Amino acid sequence: MSIGTGLESLVDQTISIITNDGRNIVGVLKGFDQATNIILDESHERVYSTKEGVQQLVLGLYIIRGDNIGVVGELDEELDAHLDLSSLRAHPLKPVIH
Amino acid sequence: MLFFSYFKDLVGKEVTVELKNDLAIRGTLHSVDQYLNIKLENTRVVDQDKYPHMLSVRNCFIRGSVVRYVQLPPEGVDVDLLHDATRREARGG
Repeated sequence: MSIGTGLESLVDQTISIITNDGRNIVGVLKGFDQATNIILDESHERVYSTKEGVQQLVLGLYIIRGDNIGVVGELDEELDAHLDLSSLRAHPLKPVIH
Repeated sequence: MLFFSYFKDLVGKEVTVELKNDLAIRGTLHSVDQYLNIKLENTRVVDQDKYPHMLSVRNCFIRGSVVRYVQLPPEGVDVDLLHDATRREARGG
C-alpha cells in the first residue's frame, strides 16, 4: 500500500527476529508474505541468560509463522561484529501478552 | 483507515513504540501499512541495559499486532482535527 513498508529491502540480508514467546532468532531472510510469515536461512537462536553469556543454537533453515513474530530488525553486521556476546548477560525477553 | 492515514502523516517524526513484551523502541518513523505495521529507522531500545537484545539493530520492522502504545511528538498531534475525524468516523462517515 504505502511505499517501502514490506520486507523487500531486507531479502538476502541478515535479520534478527524477536518472536512473541521472547526468542531471538538471527538468520538470512529468504522470503516473506502478507502475513509476515518468514523464511530464514542459516539461522541460529541467541539465548540470553543472567548466569552466562549469550548461547548460540544452530537452527538451519526455518519458517516462522507471522502470528508468532514481533520485531524484524536489520542486523548491522559491523555493529554485530563488535558485540561481545560471551560477556553479554540479560534476562530473556518476556513473551508478548495480547 | 483513519489511523493508517494519521500515521502516514507522522512519517519522518521521532516516535517511541512500546511493545506488548514491555520493550520500548525509539526511532524515526519510516513507514506504516494497512495493518499498522511500523518501520523505524535509527532505532535504539529505551532501556538498553535491561534489553541488550537489539544492540546491533538500527532499522526495524514492528508487527502491528505487538504494538501496545506509540508515543508521539506533541507537535505531531492536531488534537482538534483528530477529535473531528474520530467523531465523523464513529457516526459512520
